[in-house]
Amino acid sequence: MGSGTKVGKVRGLGSAKSGVHHWVAQRFTAIGNALLVSWLIAGLVMLPSHDHGAVAGWLAQPIVAVPMMLMIVSVFYHIRLGLQVLIEDYVHDDGLKFAVLVLLTFYAIGAGAVCLFSVAKLAFAGGPL
Amino acid sequence: MAQSRPRPLSPHLTIWRWGPHMLISILHRVTGDGLAIVGGLGLTWWLFAAASGPADYATFQYYVWRADEADLAGLIANYVSRIVLIGLSWAFFQHLFSGLRHLVMDMGAGYELKTNRTWSLVVMAAAVIATIALWAYIFTRGAH
Ligand code: HEM
Repeated sequence: MGSGTKVGKVRGLGSAKSGVHHWVAQRFTAIGNALLVSWLIAGLVMLPSHDHGAVAGWLAQPIVAVPMMLMIVSVFYHIRLGLQVLIEDYVHDDGLKFAVLVLLTFYAIGAGAVCLFSVAKLAFAGGPL
Repeated sequence: MAQSRPRPLSPHLTIWRWGPHMLISILHRVTGDGLAIVGGLGLTWWLFAAASGPADYATFQYYVWRADEADLAGLIANYVSRIVLIGLSWAFFQHLFSGLRHLVMDMGAGYELKTNRTWSLVVMAAAVIATIALWAYIFTRGAH
């Protein structure tokens, strides 16, 4: 296979499929991460104490719980997209690639769900307010 | 095993000459992947521990930050976790700044050889400085 761009060389290889969407979503979540993860780091560093009461009480406030949940969605979506690229670059066997991508999807959605549930639990049921 | 029809490949690592632009590209990937796996699991552990109540959170805090003076295994865990936390914060700053560089370059700017080289170096230096500043602040403030 040459490296030219003549149409004959790319014909029959299939369409670019969801590539553009993937690329754009990676960048939208990148901006979300930049804002929200910086916010989390600043918020954590500024907490006067990091005992359970302080952390749980902080996370339970709506003004913290909502951006936190947004951050979780943005981060795990970005992770799902980002590690997918890594896998596609280095895992060449179709069967193994499929299996690893399934594993990655379970990780991103599963861990994201645990995080969202934890914040929701603190916000609705826990933490002194 | 099964392999689809060969796709066109872009030239890989071996043909490029080393320089700041190459290092920063590799760092973007390494830090992104580190944050995704270690950071993602850490975030999950932290939030789950907080949601599980004071006793579980105390266990989390014990191993991550402040084990008993007499507990050698706990202290080793504390050291390892501090190195991991400092590493994660550096990875975040490095990935954040090189990610912003990505966004600028996506708009078509910053490809001139000198500009590209300069900003690559600026990004790497900024990440180290931000990490030092963050931890200097945390340690001088006496975090707990
Ligand atoms: C802290 C949470 C974050 C995690 C866990 C994370 C993780 C990742 C991963 C795993 C990749 C794929 C890297 C590769 O293998 O090529 C990636 C790519 C990317 N990240 Fe992040 N990232 C985070 C935050 C950010 C932030 C704050 C930005 C800021 C602008 C950003 C911008 C990008 C961009 C632009 C790409 C795509 C690079 C490309 O197309 O080659 N990320 N990220």
